[in-house]
This record gives sequence, C-alpha cells and structure tokens, in this order.
Amino acid sequence: MQENIYKNLGAAQIDVLAEIGNIGSGNAATALSTMLNTSISIQTPTVKIMDINKAADMLGGPENVVVGILSVMQGDVEGMMLFLLESEFACKTLNVLLGSDYKDFNSIDEMGQSALIEIANIMAYSYANALAALTDFFISLTVPSMCYDMLGAVLSEPSIVFAEVGDQLMFIKGDMNVAGENMKSHMLMIPEAKSLQKIMEKLGVQG
Amino acid sequence: MSKIVTVGISDINLVSAPDVLVTYALGSCVGICLLDPLSRLGGLAHIMLPSSKQLPNIPPSNKFADTAILNLVKQMESLGARKARLKAKIAGGACMFNCVNNTAISNIGKRNVAEVKNILATLGIPILAEDTGSDYGRTLYFYPENGTMKIKSALKGESFY
Repeated sequence: MQENIYKNLGAAQIDVLAEIGNIGSGNAATALSTMLNTSISIQTPTVKIMDINKAADMLGGPENVVVGILSVMQGDVEGMMLFLLESEFACKTLNVLLGSDYKDFNSIDEMGQSALIEIANIMAYSYANALAALTDFFISLTVPSMCYDMLGAVLSEPSIVFAEVGDQLMFIKGDMNVAGENMKSHMLMIPEAKSLQKIMEKLGVQG
Repeated sequence: MSKIVTVGISDINLVSAPDVLVTYALGSCVGICLLDPLSRLGGLAHIMLPSSKQLPNIPPSNKFADTAILNLVKQMESLGARKARLKAKIAGGACMFNCVNNTAISNIGKRNVAEVKNILATLGIPILAEDTGSDYGRTLYFYPENGTMKIKSALKGESFY
C-alpha cells in the first residue's frame, strides 16, 4: 500500500529530504535577503511525518490565524508547496520591501498582496529548484494563491491530497529569522506519495 | 456542567445533551451534525473526501462522507436514536486556494458537500440548515440540547443555525 512509504521512511531517506530542504532554504534566504537588503538566517530544516490532526497542533493549533500561500508542483514531481507565515511577519517583510506601513493582514492592499505572493513564489521556486537540481527532474509551479484564515482550514486542501493515500502528512519544515527578529514562518514541501517514491529511486536511496 | 467533545479530522463522535461537540477549522472538509431530538443524542462527523468507492485501494474509514455518515448513524442507533427521527445540519466545503483547481482535488469542497447531501437523501435524513461553500474556514459547535449549530470563522464572526 502506498501510504507505507511515509511510515517506512528510513534515516537515510529522511536525511536526503532534509538536505533538499537545506539547499532550498539556503537559496530562499539568499534570494529574500537580496530582495529585502537585510540579513536573513535560517534554521536547519526538519522533516516531519505525522498524523494530520497532530500537524495543525504542531504549527500553532487549528484555529491559529495565518497567511498561507500555496503553489501546486507539476511535472515529474507532483505535490504542493505551502508557505505559512504570521500576519505580523507578512507586514514587516512588506514594510521593509515597499516602505509601506501595513499593520495587519487586512490592511494589506493589492500592491502588498501581489508582492507577498511574489515573495512566496521565490521561496517556493528556491525549494523546487533544489529538488530539480538534485534529481534532474522537471518541476514547474503554478502561480500561488493566498488566503488568510485558520490554520486547520489552510491545511485542508494539502491534507486531502495525502488523504487519498494515507492518514499521514509529510513535510519539510524550515524557520527563518529576518533582520535579527525571530519571525515564524514555515515552508512546507509536500510531495505526493508516488512522487516521493520517484525521488528516492532517482537518488538511489534505500530506506 | 456540560462537556465539550472535540471531533478530529476524519473522525466521528457523539454525545448526549447537555454536552457539546466541536470540530475546528473546517476548510474544504465538511462537518455533518446529526440530531435525534427525542433522545437528545447528537453526532458529528468531519469528513475530507466524498466517497470510499472512488478509492477502492484504501480501506474505508471515517475520512469518507459515505463511510463516516453510515458509521455515525449506526453508533447513534446503538445508543437509542432512530434513523427516522434524525435531522442534519452541515457546514464547510470551502475552496481555500484557487490554484488547486486544475489538480486532482479541484472543487473538492463542492464535491464533498454534494456527496454528503446525496448520502443524507438516500438515508432519508432531512437537512435543516447549511453553511457551505465560499472561501473561508469554519469552526463548528453543535449543541444537541436544542439542535443549534454555531459557526465561527476567523474574519466573519459567528453565525447560528
């Protein structure tokens, strides 16, 4: 059964995924740091495999209101990239980038929203490119869409992709510090089970 | 004192009044409240996918509308409820992200709602109220005491059904 690929991931496979996350967040931090002209540090990403109900708890609880920006991965690898950030982080980042004065998510105008989507796009491509470079796979991403809502609801569509094969969700989770401030953000890279299998085969990793 | 019982994703549960059922942050998932007004027994299911028959490779579980509703009705009947008396209220089935609409899960929220209605109709259980669709998350509280469904959202406040 396909769902077993998540339950049976071995240490070597988890290391490979963490490394993809590592290169991805390195690329993302460099791109964002150049764009914002400020220092950005990242924590070593972790690979988490967990029950769907526990995932929301780990990320701050199902009713925690967050900004979620989702891109769909297409091509040789299918799945989703979900950039989650607190409203405060979104505003501060935009204020640095645009010289604006956004106070909360609802005050962000169209200009700010499209800038935020562009930031998420750069982040998502940083991870997708890291994966593509290591595997030689072709990966493209759809234009991201954004919502500001309860975390549980934001996670529902990515979770459903997984529900078709199992009850567990796998993601690579990376945190970021911007200009010395510890800002909560997570980049979740969520490959489909079949795609994850392909990645492991391509990289010659046995569990 | 009444207890508040949480129903997780892909889960079902039931309580007797005055206890309360809650499920958090429904997105494209659907919450189905069932009430037997006579025994004041209430049940709640939180489903993610429409039909277990479309995915024959995986065991039917409460993540599917069809399986979850049938299991919930069965459990309620075993505690004294009668199918003929059951009434339903449903919520959820939103579309959170437009970009999923050219993938395998496009319109999943709408499909979930359609399948839930289809199954309830087959069982002859009337739907008294619904708060479905659109593009925002909903937390659902269900009070078997009087059959009220309370919907709480992040930006639109609370509504009662």
